[in-house]
Amino acid sequence: MQLVLEKRAERSGTIALVSPLIAVGLTIVTMVILFAILGKNPLLALHAYFIAPLTDGYSLQEIAVKATPLVMIAIGLSLCYLANAWNIGAEGQFLIGAVAGSWIAVRTQGTDAGAWVLPAMLVLAAAAGALYALIPAICKVKFGASEILTSLMLVYVADLFLDYLVRGPWRDPHGFNFPTTAEFDPVATVPLLIEGGRLHLGAIIALLVVAAAAILLGRTIKGFEIRVVGAAPRAARFGGFKADHLVILTFAVSGALAGLAGIIEVAGPVGHLQPGISPGYGFTAIIVAFLGRLNPLGILVAGLFLALTFIGGEQAQIAMKIPLDVTKVFQGILLFYVLACDSLILYRFRLVFPNRQVARGTR
Amino acid sequence: MRKSLLALAATLLLAGSISAASAADKLKVGFIYLGPIGDLGWTYQHDLGRQALVKELGDKIETTYLENVPEGPDAERAIEQLVRAGNKLIFTTSFGYMDPTLKVAKKYPNVHFEHATGYKRNPNMSTYSAKWYQGRYIQGLIAAKMSKSGVLGYIGSFPIPEVVSGINATMLAAQTINPNIKVKIIWANTWFDPGKEADAAKALIDQGADVIMQHTDSPAAMQIASERGKLAFGQDSEMIKFGPKTQLTSILDTWGPYYIERVKAELAGTWKSEDSWGGLDSHMFAMAPYTNMPDEVKKMAEDAQAAITAGKLHPFKCPIVGQDGKAVECKGGDHLDDSQILGMNFYVKGIDDKLPGK
Repeated sequence: MQLVLEKRAERSGTIALVSPLIAVGLTIVTMVILFAILGKNPLLALHAYFIAPLTDGYSLQEIAVKATPLVMIAIGLSLCYLANAWNIGAEGQFLIGAVAGSWIAVRTQGTDAGAWVLPAMLVLAAAAGALYALIPAICKVKFGASEILTSLMLVYVADLFLDYLVRGPWRDPHGFNFPTTAEFDPVATVPLLIEGGRLHLGAIIALLVVAAAAILLGRTIKGFEIRVVGAAPRAARFGGFKADHLVILTFAVSGALAGLAGIIEVAGPVGHLQPGISPGYGFTAIIVAFLGRLNPLGILVAGLFLALTFIGGEQAQIAMKIPLDVTKVFQGILLFYVLACDSLILYRFRLVFPNRQVARGTR
Repeated sequence: MRKSLLALAATLLLAGSISAASAADKLKVGFIYLGPIGDLGWTYQHDLGRQALVKELGDKIETTYLENVPEGPDAERAIEQLVRAGNKLIFTTSFGYMDPTLKVAKKYPNVHFEHATGYKRNPNMSTYSAKWYQGRYIQGLIAAKMSKSGVLGYIGSFPIPEVVSGINATMLAAQTINPNIKVKIIWANTWFDPGKEADAAKALIDQGADVIMQHTDSPAAMQIASERGKLAFGQDSEMIKFGPKTQLTSILDTWGPYYIERVKAELAGTWKSEDSWGGLDSHMFAMAPYTNMPDEVKKMAEDAQAAITAGKLHPFKCPIVGQDGKAVECKGGDHLDDSQILGMNFYVKGIDDKLPGK
């Protein structure tokens, strides 16, 4: 008797829907075992991770704050990935957007500039993110350079550029040489939605982005084009769709969204530009995009879910003294199961009994 | 089956909330750590302080910590999470937590905060730090005696006053032994990154440094110095096991007594916002045993330590000449006053490096 992985005649629609759920289920089972080994009560631990953060308004706000950049970036990435363009450098586009928007904030600091400051920052950040993403896109289209490598490497360029600015020209003169700009003026700050809370306008913008992407992909020719180019490049060519144009377009859009997310993070929860503004949002968003099955609504759910694991991880650290590393293990296991379960969409397991096979052979 | 599982879950949750309730009469004390508690440096020492606290007052308090909290937007949330979990006294143990701590402190006036190494305070937010420059001065003396090449290697983290005053104290001490001593500085731009710290140590040794000192948190530089047969100083913590033939001494952060004192004040209801800046005399830090050096160097170090502790020797004794060749104003009588050291933003003469923005 042996277990074989066999290709399905066609992709299984049911599995495509339930595969993330199976993945989450398997993750939870694994975590229960892990918690038991660590000597923690698994039910209490799961409660701290998944239930407790959902039971009070404060944690819900924090989940939304954490999910905002993840969802915005992941939506842009999903467009790229659907069109078969592999933007791995959203982290860099996020940072460049943050830098470009901060430029206005730094230049207008203390000048009592008007209400135009924040909108201008958002627009400039999106434009800068788009331009930065166009570098790998154009290199791919013109020279055939791998966009995976170029976009990834540009992350480090952006990171060091930001570093240079906050250590040099933009450094807060009263900041005792710590690498940070001064706190932004109120006109350069993303307004809060709830007084005294941390939920900010960015969450609304993220929801609008999700809605726009859902309409684009579901209701427009452009959306159809993106999906066809990705799923069936030959058919797309016969249909007259230009894959190169789509690479440029999807990279620009995803860069713009990452840049926008960058400035919203800086002008929102952080309040000033400094190194380390992103704990890897641009990379975590890749997980979010795939966990959400490259579908806008799926991404919204996946973004909130991943944010939940961060907040829940902290509460588990506080309530149950579960080390932070367990949260990281948890996220890693989740991604592993998602990818593993995805193979079930195209493949299935089958038990093969040798003698029966013989019998079948003689038939 | 499902019902009984649910019932089991409910019972367990109930049990959890009951044990939480019995813990409620204990004072909850929270800690925010920059690195992992296993960094064997800065965060490790803070956690040793926390453990000392538990040992002393464990029946009256309950401690909680969050480790690896980045100095960014997540810090504010992490601090607030501790507040919301019922912690009444919270220690935030890195300079970069200053603004987040202040923000949360203003939001929760009934909770007390203690921020390490910063300068912003509030009626419910104290600051605490140690006069490590005193230890650096002793290290400078030893380094100058032990260096054959006359070049010292210094791994900096961020050019904030605490670090700059450490470099200056080292240089001033070293110059009393060897007026031509050189200090090479590499900014790692991080508090904790063993890879970068090791690279910096390698680069410094390649540039001729034979005594390595650091203001970063991991023992990586000690290991490199040990591999290359050079000498080094530990940082924050006892690092002799990473370089048994390498470590000369180490500045040991000993937070335990301070944490115990502050928590006792909180329990007694006498806690108030203040700025604590203790030196060798108040045991805010200690020097590890002087090792891998001849007896006469060891004696010199011990004498200097005794003199500093007794207040007879001040590392920033005037006159102090800046890089520009001009004497620095002497606000503290015969030495620089505390505010000049806490805000130090200049190099003393002889240091071949430039502070950012200078």
